Amino acid sequence: MTHSIDRRGFLRIGGAALTLGGVVAAPHVARAAGQKVVVVGGGPAGATAAKYLKLGDPSLEVTLIEANPDYYTCFMSNEVLAGDRKLETLKVGFGGLGKRGVKVVHDLVTGIDVAAKSVATKGGQKFAYDRCIVAPGIDFNFGGVPGYSEADVEKAPHAWKAGPQTALLRKQLEAMPDGGNFVMIAPPNPFRCPPGPYERASLVAHYFKKHKPKSKVIILDPKDGFSKQGLFQQAWTKFYGFGTPDGMIQWVSGGKGGKVQKIDLSTMTVETEFDKFKADVLNVIPPQKAGKIAFDAGLVEGAWAPVSKDTMESKKAPGVHVLGDASEAATMPKSGYSANSQAKVAAAAAIAMLKGQPAPEPTYLNTCYSVAGQDHAFSVAGVYTYDKEKNSIAEVKGAGGLSKMDASDADRKRELLYAHSWFENIRADSWG
Amino acid sequence: MKIESRWFAAAALVAALGASAPVAAGPSGEAMAATCAGCHGPNGSSFGPVTPTIASLSIDYFVMSMKDYRDGKRPATVMDRIAKGYSDDDIAEMAKYFQKQKFVRYPQKTDVDKVKSGKALAKRYCESCHEDEGRIAEGVGMLAGQWLPYMEFSMQDFLSGKRQTERRQKAKFDEVVRDKGEAAFIDILHYYASVK
Repeated sequence: MTHSIDRRGFLRIGGAALTLGGVVAAPHVARAAGQKVVVVGGGPAGATAAKYLKLGDPSLEVTLIEANPDYYTCFMSNEVLAGDRKLETLKVGFGGLGKRGVKVVHDLVTGIDVAAKSVATKGGQKFAYDRCIVAPGIDFNFGGVPGYSEADVEKAPHAWKAGPQTALLRKQLEAMPDGGNFVMIAPPNPFRCPPGPYERASLVAHYFKKHKPKSKVIILDPKDGFSKQGLFQQAWTKFYGFGTPDGMIQWVSGGKGGKVQKIDLSTMTVETEFDKFKADVLNVIPPQKAGKIAFDAGLVEGAWAPVSKDTMESKKAPGVHVLGDASEAATMPKSGYSANSQAKVAAAAAIAMLKGQPAPEPTYLNTCYSVAGQDHAFSVAGVYTYDKEKNSIAEVKGAGGLSKMDASDADRKRELLYAHSWFENIRADSWG
Repeated sequence: MKIESRWFAAAALVAALGASAPVAAGPSGEAMAATCAGCHGPNGSSFGPVTPTIASLSIDYFVMSMKDYRDGKRPATVMDRIAKGYSDDDIAEMAKYFQKQKFVRYPQKTDVDKVKSGKALAKRYCESCHEDEGRIAEGVGMLAGQWLPYMEFSMQDFLSGKRQTERRQKAKFDEVVRDKGEAAFIDILHYYASVK
């Protein structure tokens, strides 16, 4: 009460002073003070950036543009495939950001005019910005898998963007008869969530073990190694007989014929160099690249958007930051936690740059859990600093790394509970 | 990071002494603390169900915890790996930041009977260090409203000897075990988890 009277009194005096000066009225000054930041994309990178922009400088006008009314997190979506979690628990809304004063617009961004500093949408809206943050996530290079196209995602889902695709793949797994083959085509590096395909294989096997014990999980991989490989294979041996003739999970590496030559969806057959695999459920995770708008706005070189790592500002478009999976931030894995961490770096940098100040010294972190079986999870962590000479994000030597091999069941169970806490907290930190 | 931070600290000192060298400050305590939020919750208050709230921890306890993790003296799932990424100065800056944050106590399930029994036990055995129902925590863990599974893990680590107990703490723990048995700790923790 006292506060608001003081505030009004102050404003009145301020207004009078300005009127006497004969320049402008107070409300106009207030409007002019609010610099505009437009955030494109409402995933973990975009949402976190919008939130931390507003936290760091409440005077900013922050607009977040996201095509979908809700966002489904990719993290924990493999638990949905296993039947251990409901899809609805992955859903996050944008009400929390709205309460913080972020203007949330549901529309599809179709163009970013870097010269005019303006964002255009499919709905015909235009948003002027002082700085723009682009976080569109990934798109697929469908041509990278011969015989597979965008039209086939209903028949052979990727489920690499959570939501309806997750529900569809779960439905297919439920409908599959016992004794069937779940065939997954894993993507080449780099891609969203490096341990994700292997967590998925684990959790599909976890579901089969309980409900369809005669079924198989076959991973056809163009690569000869993968994230957390030792930990996954140890879990697969423990739970799913990996490495034995009757093992439920089979991993075919690139060097051993894992590269797919052709998919025939009419017969659900996958041809590799040496073999043919008949799938009952086929999960194709195509090669990946930055989200479409990053290409359309001219932010990409090759497949990803190059950025100055200390600010996440685009190397190709001043005033535009690119975050999360779409950015070329090589040292850090393309994880939700990396996106969340980079968003805080970008928000702090954008706030400083709008004031004409140098960006603060960045600091980054990644922590990523994978669930591999009943009460069984493990993690990878990394602490990162900025290496100015190389414009790279450098992992602090001696820190981070993987969970220990051969850990006790109790420790693996603890990691599962910490994984679920991670899920609650990163959601709250990004969208809350 | 250790080396860089020392370099930055030195650069800051040079600048403070009036030299004209450009100042490059290391990451601020707030910036480093912000990276913790993905696991420990916004401003260090965890939404649970396990990861502890680290908001409002005393500076001593935060620094001790991080150094113990870093030096492998405290059992950990991931914190041993993460703590190794930070210098003493970094840890001190984060400690200052978290100490100033409010401990937000989110509701959690506790057993009414255990809470009742635990309250009496806590008053007798714990209150001398964990004062004001565990809300005051100078140099010790913050128990009031802390997540129950986290406290249970800590207790398991203390009782199994994996985590070192301080002399006074050990004496009290031994007393509880002798008088009431190990199960009494569960009641005590339910009580502390229930404190608002």
